[in-house]
Amino acid sequence: MSTLTEAPPPLDPTVTKTPENKPPRKRGRLTPYWLLLPGILWLLVFFALPMLYQASTSVQTGSLEDGYKVTWHLATYWDALSEYWPQFVRSVLYAGSATILCLLLGYPLAYLIAFRAGRWRNLIMILVIAPFFTSFLIRTLAWKTILADGGPVVGALNSLHVLDVTSWLGMTSGDRVLATPLAVVCGLTYNFLPFMILPLYTSLERIDGRLHEAAGDLYAKPFTTFRKVTFPLSMPGVVSGTLLTFIPASGDYVNAELLGSTDTRMIGNVIQTQFLRVLDYPTAAALSFILMAAILLMVTLYIRRSGTEDLV
Amino acid sequence: MAFVNWLKRHLVVIAGLVTLGYLLLPNVIVTVFSFNKPKGRFNYEWQQFSTDAWKDPCGVADMCGSLSISLQIALWATVGATVLGTMIAFALVRYRFRARGAINSLIFLPMAMPEVVMAASLLTLFLNLGAQLGFWTILIAHIMFCLSFVVTAVKARVMSMDPRLEQAAQDLYAGPVQTFLRVTLPIAAPGIAAGALLSFALSFDDFIITNFNAGSTVTFPMFVWGSAQRGTPVQINVIGTAMFLVAVLFVLAGMVVGNRRNKQKA
Repeated sequence: MSTLTEAPPPLDPTVTKTPENKPPRKRGRLTPYWLLLPGILWLLVFFALPMLYQASTSVQTGSLEDGYKVTWHLATYWDALSEYWPQFVRSVLYAGSATILCLLLGYPLAYLIAFRAGRWRNLIMILVIAPFFTSFLIRTLAWKTILADGGPVVGALNSLHVLDVTSWLGMTSGDRVLATPLAVVCGLTYNFLPFMILPLYTSLERIDGRLHEAAGDLYAKPFTTFRKVTFPLSMPGVVSGTLLTFIPASGDYVNAELLGSTDTRMIGNVIQTQFLRVLDYPTAAALSFILMAAILLMVTLYIRRSGTEDLV
Repeated sequence: MAFVNWLKRHLVVIAGLVTLGYLLLPNVIVTVFSFNKPKGRFNYEWQQFSTDAWKDPCGVADMCGSLSISLQIALWATVGATVLGTMIAFALVRYRFRARGAINSLIFLPMAMPEVVMAASLLTLFLNLGAQLGFWTILIAHIMFCLSFVVTAVKARVMSMDPRLEQAAQDLYAGPVQTFLRVTLPIAAPGIAAGALLSFALSFDDFIITNFNAGSTVTFPMFVWGSAQRGTPVQINVIGTAMFLVAVLFVLAGMVVGNRRNKQKA
């Protein structure tokens, strides 16, 4: 049993006086492994092992009737890429636009909650989180009503000439918003906005308010204070927020399916169709593997560049 | 000029409130349209006020069945992920051991992976093993992706905890079990509760991973997905609105109780 529960040796006062040097409890060397075992095993079997199965499936050939065999048919990757590269590009573009929009929209709200909300802070926080409890599919369907053809939102965007700009950018066509890239980006932004706001809020909330005062005392204008003090200190939140938005958005197929058209299909839609409807497992596995590799590469580079490696 | 100055000073607040409006607008629509009486099969256009759907929330075939399946899965996934995740979190914070980096990445990766990748790869595993897709495969998948979130939530809380509290308990002759139950666990409880709540919400609302691994089992999000193709009954808006209200009331009640306790202490 533990040595710490027994009375400490009276002649060795260092042991009792500086216990911070040691982990507080030292019950047997195996304890951490027993604690880790079930959860880690779960992740190994149902997260890591499937990745291997997927990698193996992607280099198999065969058919549903005769079964599949590993033939190291790497051409699947080439075929998948050359056929579906537009969907890959589209996914990156849509998810990237949604991430930037989330940052632009989410930052003021996170700032508001952290510094300006006062006694309203908890209420606004609840209002940010509460929509989560209505199924996101139902909420995404509500955008069909909001963006309906000839509805007030589309009318307002039209009279403000926003739609002229977006159709020049190729985001909309004519006076429709629904079934265009704009609708998909709008839905993605909406769905992943809380994932941007929460990490931003966490890192903003940690900032010592006196730093703002100090910047003001040194004759910094509010915007300079923001640029030189607040924003750099919120970088960890910006990095984890952009990752938490971009990653799920790039693999999403719900928004593209419900709010878009066949011209807005993203890579998630292709993987889903190949896996669940066409039943072409090798192609689907190869596409999913490419998406995974691309995301991991991007995440690693991004974390390296932004210099916040202790995200976990 | 005074107005411009006022605008300048409150620009952040205004922008923040606009974002809040953007976040809440769909919920307003969902609520309003739960009182609609649509003409066709789809509930996207306002016709006339009616409380029919609220009087008969289970009036649509299979919807309440799917709701009950979702609640069961969310409940068990929460229990499973919370227990396993809390154990991992304690091990990570409190002990030194080998392969720490590898274990950290194994916990981080599921959160850094698009859902569709996890969904597809898990399906290849189940297909290769010849597993029967349904309730159990969904539950397995949900525990898997909720785990990491629980670990992160609990870890943050346990890390910020003062180790001297446990030493104090031991100085007062509490055994390791007693220390854990009376000191460590109560302090870690908010982290564990946050992890559990997040698991429940994630599991209940999950669509992508479930869609791949459900077989013929229909969860509530899958019912909604299907109805987006076949026709959306007003009742899904009723359920959506009710869930929102229950969540807000639950949190408000928690805040009131918390405030009262703080006042009693003070």
